[in-house]
This record gives sequence, C-alpha cells and structure tokens, in this order.
Amino acid sequence: MKRFKRILASFLCAGLLLAGSVQPSMATGEDAPAPDTGVTINVYNWGEYIANGTDGSMDVNAEFTRRTGIRVNYTTFDTNESLYSKLAGGGASYDVIIPSDYMISKMAREGMLEELNFDNIPNFQYIDEQFRNPEYDPENKYSVPYTWGVVGIFYNKNYVDAEETKSWRVLWDEKYSGKILMFDNPRDTFGIAQKLLGFSFNSEDTDEWDQAASILKQQKPLVQAYVMDQIFDKIAGGDAWLAPYYAGDAAILVEENEDIGFTIPTEEGTNFFVDAMCIPKGATHKAEAEAYINFLCEPEIAAANMDYVGYSTPETAAKELLPEEVQNNEIYYPPQEILDNSEAFVALSDEMNLYLDSLWAEVKMGGPGETATLIAILVFFLLLYIGIVVYKKHKRKMQAA
Amino acid sequence: MKIASKAYTALIFLFLYAPIVVLVVFSFNASSTRTMWGGFSLRWYEKLFEDQMLLMALRNTLIIAVVSAAAATALGTLAAIGINAYRGIARKAIMNVTKFPMVNPEIVTGVSMMLLFVFATRLLGGSSLGMVSLIIAHTTFCLPYVVLSIMPKLHQMDPHLYEAAQDLGCPPVRAFFKVVLPEIMPGIVTGLIMAFTLSIDDFVISYFTSGTTQTLPIYIYSMTRKRISPEINALSTVLFGVILLLLLVVNLRKSKDGKEAAAE
Repeated sequence: MKRFKRILASFLCAGLLLAGSVQPSMATGEDAPAPDTGVTINVYNWGEYIANGTDGSMDVNAEFTRRTGIRVNYTTFDTNESLYSKLAGGGASYDVIIPSDYMISKMAREGMLEELNFDNIPNFQYIDEQFRNPEYDPENKYSVPYTWGVVGIFYNKNYVDAEETKSWRVLWDEKYSGKILMFDNPRDTFGIAQKLLGFSFNSEDTDEWDQAASILKQQKPLVQAYVMDQIFDKIAGGDAWLAPYYAGDAAILVEENEDIGFTIPTEEGTNFFVDAMCIPKGATHKAEAEAYINFLCEPEIAAANMDYVGYSTPETAAKELLPEEVQNNEIYYPPQEILDNSEAFVALSDEMNLYLDSLWAEVKMGGPGETATLIAILVFFLLLYIGIVVYKKHKRKMQAA
Repeated sequence: MKIASKAYTALIFLFLYAPIVVLVVFSFNASSTRTMWGGFSLRWYEKLFEDQMLLMALRNTLIIAVVSAAAATALGTLAAIGINAYRGIARKAIMNVTKFPMVNPEIVTGVSMMLLFVFATRLLGGSSLGMVSLIIAHTTFCLPYVVLSIMPKLHQMDPHLYEAAQDLGCPPVRAFFKVVLPEIMPGIVTGLIMAFTLSIDDFVISYFTSGTTQTLPIYIYSMTRKRISPEINALSTVLFGVILLLLLVVNLRKSKDGKEAAAE
C-alpha cells in the first residue's frame, strides 16, 4: 500500500509539473522578473535548437520572459521547406523564424520577410564582420545570423583511413559499398557531387546539374540509405562507416564514441551554412520580435545556446565564453583557409528548383531498372485481381448450372 | 497442435510488444544513442520533466484529445440515433457520407481543412490557426468512428423498449436517458476511447491545421534534423504505463460489477 501511495504521489507530481509547465523557472536571476506585458510572440525554430533548461543548461525562453515580460510561444520545424510551406499556406502568424541561408534569399525574393529595424537590435554589433552582408542577404536587411557550420564526413576509424576522408571521392569508393549514407535532401546531396566536379552549388546551368546527377546515379548502388537523423544511430552502431553531415552534430557522435572521426574535406571544399533570425511579413509584434532577436545576440545567451546545441556562433564575444576545448576545436571553428574554400547556398531560380526536384527524384528512384520492377509488381497485382474475378464468375456459373 | 497454436499466439504477442519492450528498456539507457546500451540511468526521465517545451506540447495534445473526444462522442451519439431513425435509401446515403472521411486520405483532409480554416480566420479577422482549429479538425475526423461504434448497439436494441417506456408514462427525453442510453453505453465508451487515441496519435491533419500551436507528434517529428532525443522514450514509457494502469482499473471494475450483478 505504501508503495502504491508513493507511485500515486509521483504521478501527482508529474501532473503538477504538467500544470505548472508554463511558469518560467527562476534559473539565474538576482533581479525581480519584469511585469507581464500581456504580449506573446510566436517563435518558429529548428527542433532541438535552443538551450531549454535541461541537463543544467539555461532555459533561454524563460529567461527572456523574466527579463522583458514578453511571453514566448516556441514551436519547432524539421526542414526549411516545411517552414516555407507553413508560412506560405497562411495558416500561421509567426514573429520570429530561423531559416537557413538559401531559404532566406528565397523568402526575401518573394517578399515574405520584413525589413529589420537595427536600432532595436543593438547587439548586432557583436556579430563578426565576416557574417555581415552575406550572399543570401547582401544588404543585411532581413536577417541576423544565429548559428553557422560546415558539412563534413563522419567516418568509422576502424575501417576508414582519415587521409581518405579529405576528399569527397571517398563516398564513391567501392571498398565501402553498402556502408555509405547520404543526406535525404536534394541540395546537400547534389552539393557534394557539385564540389567533387568543381562546380558551384548555386549554378544555373542545367548541364552542370545533369553531370552531378549522373555521378550520384553511379554512386547510388554503393549507398546504404538516404537519411537524416538516422545517421547518428547507424554510424554509432557501426551499420555504416561513412556519412556526410553537419559539423554541429559532431559533438554527440565524436565525443561519445572514440571510434568515430570527423573530417572537413579540404581537397574540394565544402558547404558553409548559416541559420539566421528573421521576421516574416505581417508579424503582429515586430518590436517585441526584434527584442527577442536582440536578446539571442547577447553574448552570454548565445554562448548558452551554442553550449547546448553544439553548432558554432557567429559572435567572437560569445565564442570566448565557451569552454577552451570547444574554442580550439577545429570541428566547430575551422581555420580560416577552410572557410575561404567553402561556399554557401543561395536560392535557385524557380525553374532550377523544379529541375532539381525532378533530378532528385530520378537519383532516388534509381533509373529505369527500378521503374520496371515497380511496373512488374503492379501488373502482377492486376493479374491476380483479374484471376480472382474470373475464378469467382466461373464458380458462380458452375453452381448455377 | 495445441503447442503450435500456443506458439503462434506467443509469436503474435512478441511482434506486437517487442517494440514497446525495446522502447521501455532504452528509456533507462545511460548513453544517448538508440542502439547501444550504456548502463542503467534515470537521466532521460529527469530531462523529460525539465523540458518545458515537451511538457507544453504534451499538455496541448492532452487538452485537444480530451475536448475533441468529448465533443465527437456527444455529436456522434446524437448523429447515430438520428441516422438510426432513417430507413431505406436515405439511411444508406447518410451512412456513406459518414464513412467517407475514414477512407479519404488524411493528407487530403488535412490540406482541405487548412484551406477552409485559413479562409474562415481571414473572414473573421483572426491572424493564425491554433488550438481552436485543431480541436475542430480532430472532432471532425473522430466523428465517423464514434458513429460507427454506436450504430451496431442501436441495431441490437429492441425498438419496442423505448415505446414501452413511453407507454408506461415516461416523457421522451426521460425515456431516452433511462432506456436508450444505458443500452448503447458500451458503444459510446468504445467510441470515446477510440476518438481519444486517434486524436493523440494524429500527425498529418494536425500538421496542416496547427497554426502556431504545437502538439506532441509535431514536436517529435521536428527533432529529426538533429536526432530524436531519448526523452521521447521516457515519455512514451510513462504514457504507456498510465494507459496500462487505466485499462487495468477499468477492467477490474468491470469484472467486479459483473460479479456483483451475478450475486444479485
């Protein structure tokens, strides 16, 4: 009975926690919380992309509410494309969104972003010079960088030599057939092929894309799967030995598993990406949204976020607050020559995007061979169905006779 | 033969429950990978109750499930009784219209509802979809399941019972509560439970109609760029445990009631 009571008590506790989950926690504050302004801003960010108070981290959103009295309704998305469709669908009104580089240029081109008032974002001063006026937002009107990173190769040290991973060619090596993973999104996957061929990611030349598609089709038999987050389990469990992924996620894999290494391919160069904060057109609380962006740029907040998320910060002041071993780790903060040798995505024209989608479908479907199998299966079922119908009719006739 | 049939049953149960067992076991895993065992720990449970965002999503999901299941059950019961009163072609037509949302692909339902809701909120001067549109959407797609689980009970019921109650002086409303409702109660409860589970489960329709409100399935799905955190294992284990407990209580009470009825 005593035990039962204890279980009951723990359930009650869970219930209380649920009920009280909206209240901001008093994590780190000497001064009293700001009075409630009654304003709630809607923030849309990547999943698992902010310090949320677990594992001893700072609860950033609660801290913002405590300091400003503005409440945060924080929700998350999984891809740039789903963010885009949500906003384009018109069903949601957000105040702050955090898309990646090429999506920012696409949305700016389509008039979906509000120009920022930098008077309300004084902390923009902390953003390093090299992250200002980026290619995706040349006049720096719409965005403030939140994180950045590069794409590199995770590999299993027991089977793959670190030297080999300095070039993207290793992903085409037949030795590793069936042990290679690739991204499950067209731009990242094509990007690797384009770098290997020496092309730009942002080419508008269909011929270059065709060539990239053709080497991806060659590679397809060697690829175990096109995946995103499953990479972690497959690489950690030894099911796969080679996988390109974002450097920010190296923390969990490389630090937890000494068999796993990470290299940024220097031979051909790599993709350099930025996720930046923007305000979509029609935001209802623009000033408060700018206050939120400003808050996230504060070096101590940015450092708390990066410490939890694992990606790199565009602020030197924030970087200096991070542990020494992170600052000096070339995975997170690669030397300048690697950055100089890398390229960012910019939005493609609409026709190019459509063309890329069809090429991607071709690569993943794998040529005419697999289409034939698909047709064979369909024909088989059709024949089966006809067979059953004919048999039933025949039977009925027999019975009638 | 008997052994074979038992082995077959065991195999079925193994297939059904092995994933849940793995999930429960890995919720106590000290390492953060989903494939390797790193020792026993409660760290994910701790993290679960610290994660405000996750708890917020869970809270939204539960509110939506409770409200929409209750609304769908109330509406569905009334609808079933109404449909039962029809005869012939009219009844067939209405039943088919009711069944249609079940066979309609979810994604079509989701997109069409989103379009409707966006249109309606613009008309009413609102800016964003949210809790209300989610509850309306969930009530809508749960409705056919409730109607279909009540219809057979109405079929089984002797229609003369209701007339007899009225003959004996019951006004129609009272006759309904005293005679009809107890008869179809098992169907209503089944419908309610089904609506509740369907609502908790739903991803596709919620994805399109959620606006700025986040439910648990959407939250979990959004983790896929980085990785699905093992706290989700812990949360699923807690949910599984609670539901198991609930079912046990309900069944125990039922068997107790049965015994008492038999004793009388």
